[in-house]
Amino acid sequence: MTKPAATADMATAGAAAAAAAAAAAAGDRPAPLRGDWDVAVVGGGLVGASIALGLCRSGLRPLVLDGEDLDLRASRANFALVWVQGKGVGAPHYALWSKASAEGWPQLAALLRETTGIDVSLNQRGAFSFALSQGELDRYRDEMERVAAETAGAAAPYEVLSHNELRDRLPAVGPEVVGAIYSPADGHVNSLRLLRALHAALPALGAGYRAHHRVERIEPLHAGFRLFGPWGDLVVPRVVIAAGTGAEALAPMVGLRVPLTRSKGQVLVTEKCEPFFDYASATIRQTDEGGVMIGDSEETGTDSIAARADISAVLAQRAIRVFPRLADVNVVRSWAGFRVKTLDGLPVYEQSARHPGAFAVACHSGVTLAAAHALTVAPQIAAGALAPDLAVFASRRFDVPPSA
Amino acid sequence: MFRRLHEPAEPVRFTFDGRPLTAAAGDTVAAALLAAGVREVRRSVVGGEPRAPYCLMGVCFDCLVTIDGVQNRQSCLTEVREGMEVRSQQGRRRLEGAE
Amino acid sequence: MTAAAASRDIAGPITHAADLADRYDVVVVGAGPAGLSAAVEASGRLAASGGSVLLLDENPSPGGQIYRAVTRRPRRPDDCLGADYWAGLPLADAFAASPAAYAPGATVWGVEPCGAGEGGAGKGHEPPLVGVSLGGAARRIAAGAVILASGAMERPMPVPGWTLPGVMTAGAAQIALKSADAVPAGRIVLAGCGPLLYLLAWQLLRAGAEIAAILDTADPGQRLAALRALPDFLRSPYVAKGLSLLAQVRRRVPVHGGIESLAIEGDGRAEHVLYRQRGRAGNIAAASIDADCVLLHQGVIPSTHLAAAAGCRIEWNAVQRAFQPATDDVGRSSVAGILVAGDGAGIGGAPHAAVAGRIAALAALADLGRLADADCRRALESLRRERARWRRGRAFLDRLYQPAAAFRAPRDPATIVCRCEEVTAGTLRKTVALGVPGPNQLKTFLRCGMGPCQGRLCAQTVTEIMAEERGVDPSAIGTYRLRSPVKPLRLSELAALPVPPDAVSAVTGEPPAKGPSESPADAR
Ligand SMILES: Cc1cc2nc3c(=O)[nH]c(=O)nc-3n(C[C@H](O)[C@H](O)[C@H](O)COP(=O)(O)OP(=O)(O)OC[C@H]3O[C@@H](n4cnc5c(N)ncnc54)[C@H](O)[C@@H]3O)c2cc1C
Ligand code: FES
Repeated sequence: MTKPAATADMATAGAAAAAAAAAAAAGDRPAPLRGDWDVAVVGGGLVGASIALGLCRSGLRPLVLDGEDLDLRASRANFALVWVQGKGVGAPHYALWSKASAEGWPQLAALLRETTGIDVSLNQRGAFSFALSQGELDRYRDEMERVAAETAGAAAPYEVLSHNELRDRLPAVGPEVVGAIYSPADGHVNSLRLLRALHAALPALGAGYRAHHRVERIEPLHAGFRLFGPWGDLVVPRVVIAAGTGAEALAPMVGLRVPLTRSKGQVLVTEKCEPFFDYASATIRQTDEGGVMIGDSEETGTDSIAARADISAVLAQRAIRVFPRLADVNVVRSWAGFRVKTLDGLPVYEQSARHPGAFAVACHSGVTLAAAHALTVAPQIAAGALAPDLAVFASRRFDVPPSA
Repeated sequence: MFRRLHEPAEPVRFTFDGRPLTAAAGDTVAAALLAAGVREVRRSVVGGEPRAPYCLMGVCFDCLVTIDGVQNRQSCLTEVREGMEVRSQQGRRRLEGAE
Repeated sequence: MTAAAASRDIAGPITHAADLADRYDVVVVGAGPAGLSAAVEASGRLAASGGSVLLLDENPSPGGQIYRAVTRRPRRPDDCLGADYWAGLPLADAFAASPAAYAPGATVWGVEPCGAGEGGAGKGHEPPLVGVSLGGAARRIAAGAVILASGAMERPMPVPGWTLPGVMTAGAAQIALKSADAVPAGRIVLAGCGPLLYLLAWQLLRAGAEIAAILDTADPGQRLAALRALPDFLRSPYVAKGLSLLAQVRRRVPVHGGIESLAIEGDGRAEHVLYRQRGRAGNIAAASIDADCVLLHQGVIPSTHLAAAAGCRIEWNAVQRAFQPATDDVGRSSVAGILVAGDGAGIGGAPHAAVAGRIAALAALADLGRLADADCRRALESLRRERARWRRGRAFLDRLYQPAAAFRAPRDPATIVCRCEEVTAGTLRKTVALGVPGPNQLKTFLRCGMGPCQGRLCAQTVTEIMAEERGVDPSAIGTYRLRSPVKPLRLSELAALPVPPDAVSAVTGEPPAKGPSESPADAR
């Protein structure tokens, strides 16, 4: 096999670039961080930014410490669904938590619009899960029935549609779609604009934000915490770990635990099209700008961030089977991301018993739960204690093997 | 707008928005349009602004047109053929059969 | 004769994906000087052992940008293009006579490094896969080695009005001249800097076009920086030709130097160019000139999309002020099995690219064990000497024509930077001020670089703007990360690719064998 390049060719001056980068590192960074922040939020993804937004609204001044441009960022890779359907099989508290967040979303969207002028295009007209075989439809129906039963009917309503019933509502679906689940509780947003809106809101509400401030170590002090990174260190009274896939390493330093499992997802997006599908679905959605997103896959055994063309092919096949008119549309981009997925797929919300003042917030569905994080979890963190009904999301649940 | 230095040895006929035009065999569609005096080939997707081929080498995507019914083709990379039907585009792609 | 060669003799160029073999020893992407010479070298050396070489190119005929249409253009005695253009003909002829297979009109939308399918780049021992769309169908072709020779593109020159019809790149006008024998009608204004701008002016004049003016935006400050490299330049092959060409152009066209700003205006098309010019005494004068066609150019930069999407390490070249794939002395990228040759690896010009293509071909064959080390070393020795000759003088040109800051990072907030998503410089600067970690986050915030051109026309400007706003070097900013498809690909073509069972279950959540089923909602 060939040998990869060891040295650079021509006048690219690796040393010069490194020196420049170092100089940049010095020049680019703001002056040393002073400790007049009420709380540090580690991680500036959707979760960290939503929490920080809520902390501001509760009267605190949070400082968000974020990583590098090419860090793994689920917040830039996601499918943008505000999704309730089928969530929480065997975990009714999660089903209801997702539903509550979806119900809180209009308030979050309004808040962001008022603060930043940015419209995140929340659309909660409902969503379909398209089944391409009877087996798939049966499986979806079973899940919906289980969630309904386990929540004693408090879960979001839904309908099971046959092919013909579906066709009446969505004439564009193809003949291979055997049926679908429809639920009015689901929706979607423009999630990239959501991340931008959160980041635009933070300075407007008094929060600080620092990129290139990866936190590598957290040391609990007698009162407060000292955060360390290549940029220096900082003492804060409280800390919220919302570092996505980075949370697993940081949490144990303050007596918390965020055990994650590997989960890679891949998404395709097409050129912009005239509007043709004004609902959401778990696998196909049209953004407000016109692009059609097609997702997503799940791989559990890989570290590689590269998107696989054969997985893209499966995504493409299924999309065309659902909406045959997409066949001629051009894919303009694909990407892959790693989900922030705990061992059981449910969020972790917890304050350290050993080091009070340290919190962990980690979840997979950071878009769906953004409203809950900003409007419910953050005020509780600001008040110093998570409400008892969040205790089900503490990490001690991982101590008991679920299948035992 | 361009002018040709020599009469095409092998003329090829095609249409742009229904208008009959002549190209030279071997031309790309974009070059043929420019040489036939076409100024604008599409309206941009975001702002609805007039656009025309800009780079002629496949990088800018400003030359997108509909060729024989297929939308969003890079006309600077497509060879013109006898009888080709080329159409200008207005903004986003239209989905065939969309209501 | 090899199978590929035999089929080519019978069938000529390959025009449909189904006619491609499953695997070639060497796949070359790009039919410019680097790609043609790489294909000639590799196929020549492999001919005896029955090896196969495939050359893929998106244009309808060989030549790349510089030798565009060279095999099709009638050669008239009064031809306006000059000897440097016709130098491409022997190379194209050599390629036509070689046993390499050729697929024109082929769009390469991705190169997957070895083992990309199986748990990570570069880990496995399978060959790289080249994703190609040809004749309306997509394939993934295995390659012992891939030589990317995708060349250069013009450095974007975002000025107000650069999206108007009637505004093109100088390179575009040159392509129209070469391939369609056409010149802009009416009054032409050339604006920008660099040798190519003057070469085009010379060619257009010879073709009888009417050039109203050249607005030269070269940064006078660069003259001093270039001086150090002057002695080297004076011994270079560029000097005599360049100077006489400049003199000829200046005799026939008004050249306005010291241009500090440009704006193109008109109602739905370019009608005039407004500019501000710094005089000898340092005074600034504003003026306007009528134009039917405005041709912009400020040098060329490597086309890095394929290499970047394949995962090759991309680095900043401070002298050329552009990103390029990191390569070793013979063109190996940071990814096993992928080499880069010609301007796509750093700007060196056509004759340099032709030598670099041969060098990369030799390196690829040696890595594949298809060329004895001693033979390789011997051949490389003379090629390196030849390459050195073409590198001489480059540093001077690179420095002298480094574009001025105002044209790399537009000052006027209303100037469009991303032509596809119509994102302006002002919006970019405001968003940078939020503290975004880099261009990739900026891209997602503003959709800048997310249109069909996938950032080709804005990436460089975004890095420059961010570097300027932060007061740091572009190397500290970086550039967009890319993924395949690097060119739009029809969903139905993608859907028709073969899919292994593990890819299916990664999407359906249903294991190929029996096992616990997973709800798709869990993945959401
Ligand atoms: C393919 C895919 C599809 C998805 N679809 C949906 C969907 O439809 N709906 C939905 O609700 N959710 C969806 N999600 C999930 C959603 O995107 C995530 O839940 C959300 O983005 C998680 O946000 P986060 O802030 O925890 O993590 P991230 O977005 O990964 O952000 C983590 C941040 O922490 C920073 N960081 C990490 N370590 C450190 C450190 N040590 N110091 C400082 N900073 C650090 C990083 O730089 C980064 O900015 C999807 C995810 C994927 C991958
Ligand atoms: S003119 Fe630029 S891509 Fe065709």
